[in-house]
Amino acid sequence: MAIWIEEDAKVLVQGITGKQGHFHAGKMVEYGTNIVGGCTPGKGGQTVELEGKDFPVWDSMTEAITATDADATVIYVPPPFAAEAIMEAAEAFDSVKGEGIVICITEGIPTLDMVKAVAYVDNRPGVRLIGPNCPGIITPGETGGAKIGIMPGHIHAKGRIGIVSKSGTLTYEAVAQTMSINEGQSTCIGIGGDPVNGTGFIECLAAFQNDPQTAAIVMIGEIGGNAEQEAAAFAAENVTKPIVGFVAGATAPPGKRMGHAGAIISGGKGTAEEKFEAFKKAGIACANDPSEIGSVLLQALKDAGLR
Amino acid sequence: MNIHEYQGKAMLREFGVPVLEGVHCTSVEQALAAYDNLNSKVVAVKSQIHAGGRGKGTLYDPQTREEVMQGGVKIAFSRDEVETYSTNILGNILNTIQTGDEGKVVKNLYIESGCDIAHEYYLALLVDRDNKSVLIMASTEGGVDIEHVAEHTPEKIHKVIIDVNAGLLGFQKRDLGLALGLSGMSLRSFGKSLGAMYEMFVSQDCAMVEINPLVKSKSDEIIALDAKISFDENAEFRHKNWSQLRDLSEEEDVEIRAKETGLSYVKLDGNIGCLVNGAGLAMATMDVIKLYGGEPANFLDVGGGADEEQVKIAFSMIMEDPNVKGILVNIFGGIMRCDIIARGVIAATEALSLEVPLVVRLAGTNVEQGKEILAASELNIHSANDLAEGAQMIVSLIGGDE
Repeated sequence: MAIWIEEDAKVLVQGITGKQGHFHAGKMVEYGTNIVGGCTPGKGGQTVELEGKDFPVWDSMTEAITATDADATVIYVPPPFAAEAIMEAAEAFDSVKGEGIVICITEGIPTLDMVKAVAYVDNRPGVRLIGPNCPGIITPGETGGAKIGIMPGHIHAKGRIGIVSKSGTLTYEAVAQTMSINEGQSTCIGIGGDPVNGTGFIECLAAFQNDPQTAAIVMIGEIGGNAEQEAAAFAAENVTKPIVGFVAGATAPPGKRMGHAGAIISGGKGTAEEKFEAFKKAGIACANDPSEIGSVLLQALKDAGLR
Repeated sequence: MNIHEYQGKAMLREFGVPVLEGVHCTSVEQALAAYDNLNSKVVAVKSQIHAGGRGKGTLYDPQTREEVMQGGVKIAFSRDEVETYSTNILGNILNTIQTGDEGKVVKNLYIESGCDIAHEYYLALLVDRDNKSVLIMASTEGGVDIEHVAEHTPEKIHKVIIDVNAGLLGFQKRDLGLALGLSGMSLRSFGKSLGAMYEMFVSQDCAMVEINPLVKSKSDEIIALDAKISFDENAEFRHKNWSQLRDLSEEEDVEIRAKETGLSYVKLDGNIGCLVNGAGLAMATMDVIKLYGGEPANFLDVGGGADEEQVKIAFSMIMEDPNVKGILVNIFGGIMRCDIIARGVIAATEALSLEVPLVVRLAGTNVEQGKEILAASELNIHSANDLAEGAQMIVSLIGGDE
């Protein structure tokens, strides 16, 4: 088990003929991800070569899912067209098989486009959206595994720690920290740093709690909004597995957007201090510094009798 | 991206929201001419800067730093008063609770007709992260700090959440107007204005439209007396007019240039420059510097695919800040390879003949090659194994935390 994405999940790539999509599709094949083809409107019938092998391209997601019975799709479509790509994938998964995972990597999608896309996906309960503006999701396997996104595959190993984060490189940092104490990962999910996105912390925590492979969770937040506070309240009631938390942005000045569109302290709300406080109140073991995640996690595992 | 009140009001007027007659001015002469033309005995003389709290702000002389006048928004009852207030405002520094200590030089002025106010309300449209939708907030307590109202009398704030696929519906406008105690003509006027504002919010990709106060005039008309409008920068590609609305003097020059080269930079007050890949890691790097007694000079995210040239530009931006006494580079190589970063760092330090201490922490893809390249160089580059070690090294290299 793992969450949402099994090691052998069949994956489509939207925007596979573009520069980003093609590059990352190759990296995913190299890692061992079961890529089954891609979709670029107007390029149906062509093939794309990845790691010396040809992969089919379809004009539409409905065709692509019908032909491949794909479990998931990953979107590398530029911002002006990305929200529509999400909605196309959601509709195709819903109508062809009633379920599917849509992972959107694209950064810079207009917020109001995402408001529409998220409402559209929510109307199709079998479909889950991860992202946008995220590194993706990875379920490492014994050999290979399912890497769906832009994360460096080689830093991961199969194991029992679930990781959920708003930030890309901080997720990699957390992965390296688990490896430093000889722990691998069940599934790592980047939920993205945009103000309006799909899957949130709470859904990830609930799934990790129910996943027999996951023994403990690392949760990484950042300034802006109150998703971390709500996740902490949820965890206090519903999660029995140990959680280690970190929040980036304690030194960020108010009112300034810190790289991510959603990372902004507005009206004095959404500070790192507030979020750390909520974590502590919920019994989450906090790391003051990302380089401490490993040692805090080790202690949490020991306290739970897991090491 | 923020715009000035006078620009926001022009946009509101275009969409059919009632605003008072007003003129944008950049000199005292223009202000006086505006007064003569407005045909209103009483006018408001309003400083135009991208920060709130203007009315309660203080104006200072930029050279002597002596106080010139209290209040950046003044009501003038005569031509002489218009002249006095305009003179006191233009070219001087306005310091408000939102500008920080350095304040902002006022280059733009808005002269606006007066109006007979029966009541002041608060109205805002924004994207609500929790509901993942557009939220409209209104209150009978207008003209005051809304955060104060939210904290002390939350029952006086009324909210409507919009289903974007259905749009703003008639009953939602009515319900909100009734909650504000409006009726008859003022209720109809409110519904019409709100509908126009929602249309503007959506079609113009606003991030926030805040009208504080929105007023009911003595003749029962609903009028936007202030306008604070910001746009979602992600939507810039479909709004060609934004480049004209943008006031570059309101933004840090180096932040604008960073954006043009695909970097994300925010200037801070400390003395340790940071160069990091990824927004979350860049924030965490600042936090850890502080944790070990230092103060970060900036936030700088070089992104996932930066090349040698961008690393060089990033270094030169950091070094433009005279406060910088040392630099911490923190890269977790994913797609970006550490050997490429190492070469970029060496090229940049040589090109800029860097003299301040430099600590480099590399991890991830090709980390060993990256470290070898740094070690083989003749330059004085300190290598750290993790973020905490890197932060401690740079703090001690620049002379500790005094």
